[in-house]
Amino acid sequence: MGLKEKIAMRAAQEINDGDIVNLGIGIPTLVADYIPKNKSVFLHTENGLLGVGPTPLPEEIDPEIINAGKLPVTALIGASYFSSSESFGMIRGGHIDVAILGALQVAENGDIANWAIPGENILGVGGAMDLVAGAKKVIVTTQHCTKNGEPKILPSCNYPITAKGVVKLLITEYAVFKFENNQMILEEILDDTMTLQQIKAITPANYTISQSLKMLQK
Amino acid sequence: MSKVVSIEEALTHIKDGDTIAVGGFGLVGCPIKLVDGLSERPVSRLTIISNNLGEPGGLGLGKILHQNKISKAIGSFFTSNIDAVKYANEGKLEVELVPQGTLAERLRAGGAGIGGFFTKTAAGTLLAKGKESRIIEGEEYIFESPLIPDVALIKAKKADTYGNLIFSKTARNFNPDMAKAAKITIVEAEEIVEVGQLNPEEIVVPHLFVNYVVNGGN
Repeated sequence: MGLKEKIAMRAAQEINDGDIVNLGIGIPTLVADYIPKNKSVFLHTENGLLGVGPTPLPEEIDPEIINAGKLPVTALIGASYFSSSESFGMIRGGHIDVAILGALQVAENGDIANWAIPGENILGVGGAMDLVAGAKKVIVTTQHCTKNGEPKILPSCNYPITAKGVVKLLITEYAVFKFENNQMILEEILDDTMTLQQIKAITPANYTISQSLKMLQK
Repeated sequence: MSKVVSIEEALTHIKDGDTIAVGGFGLVGCPIKLVDGLSERPVSRLTIISNNLGEPGGLGLGKILHQNKISKAIGSFFTSNIDAVKYANEGKLEVELVPQGTLAERLRAGGAGIGGFFTKTAAGTLLAKGKESRIIEGEEYIFESPLIPDVALIKAKKADTYGNLIFSKTARNFNPDMAKAAKITIVEAEEIVEVGQLNPEEIVVPHLFVNYVVNGGN
C-alpha cells in the first residue's frame, strides 16, 4: 500500500454510519475506497449531487454526472441532484457531517491553508473556503512534509489561509493530531519506524502528546 | 405566448459592457450554443459571472476570452483554464475571485430580492479584504452583496414554450440560480415541449424567471 492509501485508510475510520461526507481532490478521493461496506455513508459533491457512487467503466460514463474535480462518477440509488445554492446551503448550514480535504499547510491553532501560494496569482478558490467554514468536522489528510521535504505543520501558516481554527483532525503518513480547546495534540503514531523525536523534528508546530498516545505495535 | 426565439434574436439583447451570467461547472451545464452565438456578436467589455472561464484551447467561454470581449470575470475557479490565467497575468482580464458557495448565494440573493447576507465563508482570509465583518453568536461573518446580471445564459434539459425548465443531473449546478438572478434570462434547451408536457411537480425553474428560450438540440 502506498503512503496516500495508508492516509486514506486511516481517515476512513473517522466516518460513522449514516454520515454525510464531502471528499476533496487527491488523497481524500481515495478515502471512499476504504469505507467499510457495513457502513451506510452518503457522499456529497458540491456541484450538486448527494449519493455519489464509484467511478463508472469507460463505456458507462454519463458526461452529465461529474464530481467537483470534473471527473465522471455515478449516482447511487437514493441519490439526488440540486442547484449550486442549495448544495452550498447544505455545506454552510452544517448539514455535512465530515469534510476531508488536503492542505498546503496546517497551523497548531487549526488554521488551514489550501488554496493559494504567495507570489503566484490567486485565480482559483473553488468550494474550499465554504467547506472548511461549514462542515461539522474538518479532517485534513496530507503528507507530513512537502515533496522537497519542507514542513507543512507549522506554528502558523505563512501561506494565505482558507479558514481560521477549523481543523479538527490531521492525518499524515506518520501521525494523527487532534485539535481541541486551542491545543494541538499528537494522538497516534502510524509508522513504527518513527520515534517521537523524529516526528517532532519534522513538525515545527507546538503540540502536546496525548496521555493515551497510540503507537503501532512492532 | 411562446418565448421561443432563434439564438441570433435572443442574443441581440446583449450590449457592450453588460454583465452576463453563464451557467455550467466546467463545460457541464454550460450553454455552449449560446456562447458560440455570442462569439459571433460584435460586443465588447463584458463582465462574465461564471464558476469557470471555459476550458483551455478556446472551449466554451474560452472562445469569447480569446476574442478579447471579456474585461472582467467573477467566479470561483479560473486556474483550470490556462488561457484565463495568462490573460489575468498580462493585465487583460480583471478577476473577482469569489468562493463557490458565496458566488451561488450572491446570485440567489440577487434573484430573491435580498440586499446581501453575512457568511462565515472566507472570514479572516484574503478574500475578506475590504468587506464589512460582524461577530454573530461569537463567530466572525463577512458581508456579501447580491449579484444581478443584465443577462443570464442558461442550459436546460427541457423547456416548455412558456419557459418552465427542468435540468439534467449535475448539469443543473448554477443554472437555476442565474436564471432567477438576471434581468433577462435566455435558455438553451436541449428539447422544447408544448405547455402541459412538463409535470408541474417537477419544474425546477418556473417560467416567470425566463424571457427567451432557444432550441439547442442535443
